[in-house]
Amino acid sequence: MAQRIVVDPITRIEGHLRIEAEVDGGKIVNAFSSGTTFRGLERIMQGRDPRDAWAFVQRICGVCTHIHAIAAIQSVEDALKINIPKNAVLIRRIMTATQFVQDHVIHFYHLHALDWVDVVSALKADSKAASELAQSLSSYPRSSPGHFTDVQKTIKGFVESGQLGIFANAYWGHPAYKLPPEVNLIAVAHYLDALEWQKDIARIHTIFGGKNPHPNYLVGGMACAINIDNDNTINMERLDLVAREIDKAMAFVNQVYLPDLFAIASFYKDWTYGGGVENYLVYGTLANQNKNNNKDDIFPGGVILNRNLNEVFDVDPRDPEQVKEFVDHAWYEYSGEQGGRHPWNGETKVKYSGPKPPYEQLDTKDKYSWIKTPRWKGKPMEVGPLARMLVGYARGNETIKSSVDEALQRLGLGQEALFSALGRTLARGLETKIMVDDLRKSYDQLLANIKSGDSKVFDGSKWEPSSWPESAKGVGFTEAPRGALGHWVKIDHGKVSLYQAVVPTTWNAAPESQTGGKGPYEAALIGTPMADPEQPLEILRIIHSFDPCIACAAHIIDLKSRQDVGECIFY
Amino acid sequence: MNDSFYEAMIKRGYSRREFMRICAILTATIGLEASFIPKVAQALENKSRLPVIYLHLQECTCCAESFIRTAHPLLADMLFNMISLDYMETLQAAAGHQAEAAKAKTMQDYKDHYLVVVEGSIPLKDDGIYCTIGGRTAKDLLLEAARDSIGVIAYGSCATNTCVQGAHPNPTGAVPVKDIVKDKTVIDVPGCPPIAEVIAGTIVHYLTFDRLPELTRLGRPKAFYNHRIHDNCNRRAFFDAGMFVEQFDDEGAKHGWCLYKVGCKGPTTYNACAITQWNNGVSYPIKSGHPCIGCSEPGFYDDMPMYAHLAHIPGTAMPFEPDKIGKAVTGLTVAGVAAHGLATGVLMRKKPEEIQQEGGRDE
Repeated sequence: MAQRIVVDPITRIEGHLRIEAEVDGGKIVNAFSSGTTFRGLERIMQGRDPRDAWAFVQRICGVCTHIHAIAAIQSVEDALKINIPKNAVLIRRIMTATQFVQDHVIHFYHLHALDWVDVVSALKADSKAASELAQSLSSYPRSSPGHFTDVQKTIKGFVESGQLGIFANAYWGHPAYKLPPEVNLIAVAHYLDALEWQKDIARIHTIFGGKNPHPNYLVGGMACAINIDNDNTINMERLDLVAREIDKAMAFVNQVYLPDLFAIASFYKDWTYGGGVENYLVYGTLANQNKNNNKDDIFPGGVILNRNLNEVFDVDPRDPEQVKEFVDHAWYEYSGEQGGRHPWNGETKVKYSGPKPPYEQLDTKDKYSWIKTPRWKGKPMEVGPLARMLVGYARGNETIKSSVDEALQRLGLGQEALFSALGRTLARGLETKIMVDDLRKSYDQLLANIKSGDSKVFDGSKWEPSSWPESAKGVGFTEAPRGALGHWVKIDHGKVSLYQAVVPTTWNAAPESQTGGKGPYEAALIGTPMADPEQPLEILRIIHSFDPCIACAAHIIDLKSRQDVGECIFY
Repeated sequence: MNDSFYEAMIKRGYSRREFMRICAILTATIGLEASFIPKVAQALENKSRLPVIYLHLQECTCCAESFIRTAHPLLADMLFNMISLDYMETLQAAAGHQAEAAKAKTMQDYKDHYLVVVEGSIPLKDDGIYCTIGGRTAKDLLLEAARDSIGVIAYGSCATNTCVQGAHPNPTGAVPVKDIVKDKTVIDVPGCPPIAEVIAGTIVHYLTFDRLPELTRLGRPKAFYNHRIHDNCNRRAFFDAGMFVEQFDDEGAKHGWCLYKVGCKGPTTYNACAITQWNNGVSYPIKSGHPCIGCSEPGFYDDMPMYAHLAHIPGTAMPFEPDKIGKAVTGLTVAGVAAHGLATGVLMRKKPEEIQQEGGRDE
């Protein structure tokens, strides 16, 4: 008889996620993923000025604080046929790459690492041996025996205080932890270093967008005027600060993140669980101007089915038969025709049928989540770093291909190892390296463009609503750190009449559906052995490998459809 | 400052023997050998770090992201030396039952000695189904955590004014912390998100001075929310001189002039952006060329459109209508601009108390 275990809250993620799993014979035999929060922004968006939309939908998520604003702005610019100046393209691209690099590093150290790293075990480490090991892995300067002794002292003092704070009541000593004490100590030291570093790289957003989280953007370009001979604009001092942060980011990724990733991965090579649905979807990025689904992007778009890297399908988010959302297990209902709905034709009508809180268990035979179930041609899709690396690989993208091949060779693993929690975590690291290199390239291009005499950051020719058509529709597609992201907008008489976003975690955290079966989280959990069902370390490990972002996922930005249903046409 | 764990136990009638027994259990629980028992006991006899319970309710986690970016103090210094962050979904290692147990333990062991920080609003509609954690509603969890706390910091605009989900028509019935917690001090620290050093500073203020900070009339720490952004804006001189950006990226923008006419809400927004600035003092929205959107003020999402300016600026010494003057001035020669600026200063040098009496929401 299977035992039902509940993990709620899933911590070290964004938002509120609940996992219910059935364990039988020490193995997960079934799993259910439930988003437990809903904000209902869909109705709030109606009637707003489309130039303001980015600020509302940016607040979908404070972790993905940049990319929702970018998708929103791109959708409006697409609708109004605005071409933004080259400087604005480059600045947005720098900000996108910055977000990926920062977000992935935070994810690795602060959200994911403690699934693989035993903090208490670090107390047993020999700091001299840890130093020798660290120095053999990387040229990172903070690797002296003294430094590791200091870190160890800090942790020891902390543990001995009896107040374990964020480390309290966790799974230290669990048999699934495999790292030697020295590697644990190195990882804990870098947990602290990453915490200090991540606040610095955010300053790139602050220079161009005024603050982080939630920097500011502008339909038609960027608001940060460039004048190298003024003290109150983007000038050399401002650009130098950006350059300095890029240098630091490159150093951190190359000297700390990647060496740690490989060192830790080498101890978990036989932990091959967490594969999932084995279909992968990518819209493509980097933030080239409104170019959707571009096969030549740094990360090209496409779909892979059943792990088959020999065939890549093209994705067309405008095709009403490709992306559809189902609600048979989500707390919504469709008026009229049931079944899947393309986002153009979407609807978010709440129909809560769950238990009245407080409750112990969800009725997973019925509806059980605030997250809808998106499908590509009826199939569940995983999105995110692993999808990007696999689609890039299958598309023959040289940078991605050599990155993946080298990594597998270094770890002595075959391609099949990619289809796992570990593969996902590895892909995220490899992608970060590609992103940080692109950050440097975009910065150099920005500087060269300013040097050529171009200081334009904004095209105001379509700023005034009087210059807009009576009705317009647009779409913005890109990749968020967690995967494929699309925003759709419809503008009528100068106001937003439809707004809809289908976001990465909606794909990954989706509940099951009659069409296509289990969602990616659920499928990834099934078959995983658990050493102790009371200690859900294995569940956390797999779920965290996706980097959940639940505020994004719970359907917050659909149109609360009224007369608009079915009218929307895209271009 | 709060009692040590030992003092708290003795006050509640436990014996020293019982205290030592708990130390032994605790030592084993945290995975240490028996030789650590005296050290654990010693630590518990001394003053403890301030226990903090950080609740994530209906929000987007931008506040937590801001919190971890604090540069002074560094987050690591806070976590290891100042506070004991006993519950925070974003960072804590334990999940599910273990996470909830850690929170329950703090509420029990540090009764009346822990601080609650709340990020997020509380959706009341439909029995609270729009935000549950561990099967319980946001309201239930907030009331429980607040009950035996020192006080509650409502951190960010969701917790202080319901932010974007509370914008018209507020579909989930979101309310701010103050509407739920009535019998404890609630300190509002608004902003979407607040500046990192502002939330850190509010907590460290309590740790250092043994009391909650003084608050403005709106219940916000005076140290950070006493002035309008306008009062300390680095573009203020251009406002007073009537030199405005008329359109983004125009000549005025390229000279860093005032953003009032492209929608700046700095004149009605009380926040530390212009002084403390963001991300370790690098910039703030206006300095980077975008108007302030007023994210620390209640109802700011319904005060849009974002790029339309305010009809009236309360409590200002400005003697002219920017709409009329600004355009004329920006078309004039430099000499004309200077003369106008000078005249403004001479004609209307008002005393602060006169300005306050003029109304607005001076704190």
